[in-house]
Amino acid sequence: MAKPASNLAKSGNALMNWIDQRLPVTAFWNATMTGYFAPKNFNFWYYMGVLSLVILVMQILSGIFLTMHYKPSAVEAFASVEYIMRDVEWGWLIRYMHSTGASFFFIVIYLHMFRSFLYGSHRAPRELVWIFGMMIYLALMAEAFMGYVLPWGQMSYWGAQVIINLFGAIPTIGEPLTEWIRGDYFISDATLNRFFALHVIALPLAILGLVLMHLVALRENGSNNPDGIEIKANKDENGIPLDGIPFHPYYTIKDLFGISMFLLVFAFVIFFWPEAGGLFLEHDNFVPADPLVTPTHIKPVWYFTPYYAILKAVPDKLMGVILMFAAVGILFFLPWLDRSPVKSIRYKGAWYKVMLGLFAIAFVRLGMLGMSEGTPEQTIEMRVWTFVYFSFFILLFFLSPRASTKPLPERVTH
Amino acid sequence: MNKNILLALCGLLAVLAISTNSFASSEGALMHANVNVRDTAASQRGARLFVNYCLSCHAASYMRYNRLAEDLGLGEDLVMENLVFADAKIGDTMEVAMRPADAVSWLGKEPPNLSLVARSRGADWLYTYFLTFYRDENGGWNNLAFPNASMPHVLWQLQGIQQPVYATHDGQQVIDRLELAQPGLQTPAEYEETVRDLVTFLEYLGEPAEVKRKNVGIWVMLFLALFALLAYALKAEYWRDVH
Repeated sequence: MAKPASNLAKSGNALMNWIDQRLPVTAFWNATMTGYFAPKNFNFWYYMGVLSLVILVMQILSGIFLTMHYKPSAVEAFASVEYIMRDVEWGWLIRYMHSTGASFFFIVIYLHMFRSFLYGSHRAPRELVWIFGMMIYLALMAEAFMGYVLPWGQMSYWGAQVIINLFGAIPTIGEPLTEWIRGDYFISDATLNRFFALHVIALPLAILGLVLMHLVALRENGSNNPDGIEIKANKDENGIPLDGIPFHPYYTIKDLFGISMFLLVFAFVIFFWPEAGGLFLEHDNFVPADPLVTPTHIKPVWYFTPYYAILKAVPDKLMGVILMFAAVGILFFLPWLDRSPVKSIRYKGAWYKVMLGLFAIAFVRLGMLGMSEGTPEQTIEMRVWTFVYFSFFILLFFLSPRASTKPLPERVTH
Repeated sequence: MNKNILLALCGLLAVLAISTNSFASSEGALMHANVNVRDTAASQRGARLFVNYCLSCHAASYMRYNRLAEDLGLGEDLVMENLVFADAKIGDTMEVAMRPADAVSWLGKEPPNLSLVARSRGADWLYTYFLTFYRDENGGWNNLAFPNASMPHVLWQLQGIQQPVYATHDGQQVIDRLELAQPGLQTPAEYEETVRDLVTFLEYLGEPAEVKRKNVGIWVMLFLALFALLAYALKAEYWRDVH
């Protein structure tokens, strides 16, 4: 007589067989998890991918609960957010998760992108991983912008006003285009309604689809690693990369630790510092939108301010808009701008370390200047860092094929 | 790897550090309110001040009386007897009896809803505001934190009347300090405490869940710390065979 436990295992197997004949669950799990070999030398930067996935799920879940109580109308929106903060059970937690999640999404995404600058993760054969990633980034910016309008505070209203008016700088079609976006001659109830629709349905769908493509493209060639060499170049007799380890359980377990560390920081902000001193939730946004009162200092949320600074650095509005879009657009070409024979910063030599260091400082500094009041000295500084920002890409294109490199290791290093 | 983590954290901190001076940038020097939202007694006294001096013109439309009763430990009967003057019910929000149209014709514009004023202005600004009312040359009320504020000094009987003392800076007459020209019912020290009570209440009013949020937060952090520890031990165990 068989023991109950093995009976259970047997019926479990039978159930799995039944499913596998109809849906390739096991095959999929093997191909993407247990049978997928990832480089064993991932470091801190490689947590950012899974963390952005965690945040995406949290944003969708908290967002669903927010839509149960939020009212997308100009008359009720602001009050409904306060209703969530005060009268809905645990509403304050749901709202802070969502608002803090938005900022952390960008922190994690910026670090995730910077990882690519460090180790050349966008280089062949992973260009499409980068392109899909950039499309996610664009969709995320639109998602965040529209989400920020929904609480209908003063900064929601005037920030949206400024950003939508940027499209007005385009010759001929500019003005009609802004009216088309707003659905009105000014930011109004119609604008709020359509932004709500785009924020809760259209853009999340687009982001989910793009994330799927990003991951499918990633699994096709496997992850890059801090050494920027292909682990598939060294395989054992079974065709398994010598420097590869099964994604599950090694990286799933390691990611569990990474996620718990992230949640510690995330929870600290939610419970003890949700406004982040006015950075995540701006002080002016606790005042209801008033089309008749312009705030003294309008600025977008921190994750847009580097580009906002580039816009403000240029005296001409149209040129500023072009340069601002170019600052994002040029990132799409990164896989082809870097022509160095090696991928990773570890083997590129000092020239790249200096350039990337300056680029990172430029981005952070532009972000800080973008939220400042904009004195003449600050405008000059914005121009300097804008120049540094673009110089990085131009210099990269011309220097990278020529510049000295260090010899690549045969196998990944620790 | 540790170097990388350090680098990333430094970058993060640098970005977040900018936030700390965001209030200070626009308003100049502010006094420190030093409010403690956990001081329920101060919030209770502040609530009484708010109802007596503010609620006749300013609403707190997002705040319900019964929430007040619960959070400040007052009990619904006490709130109905002492804090609800209009014919409001215990579950109602704190509204003003004055109709909006009347407010506009009497005061020029509707006095703002104060539910969130502590979050938009900050406690230090409110504290400074209530301490820096003065009588100016035109015989009207003015304020250092909010020049040409349209609100009169409703607490003047408590504080008394302050007048500016001018000094010359770079050839320009500027207000050096304020001087108590006519004492009020309270001493300056008592009045500072009164203002601190009121600001404590306004801080509570801005986010009634604040105390609960922080209390829950401690447990969440403890749980996550323990979880992270276990996750690390598990990771170390799994990774022992990776060389």
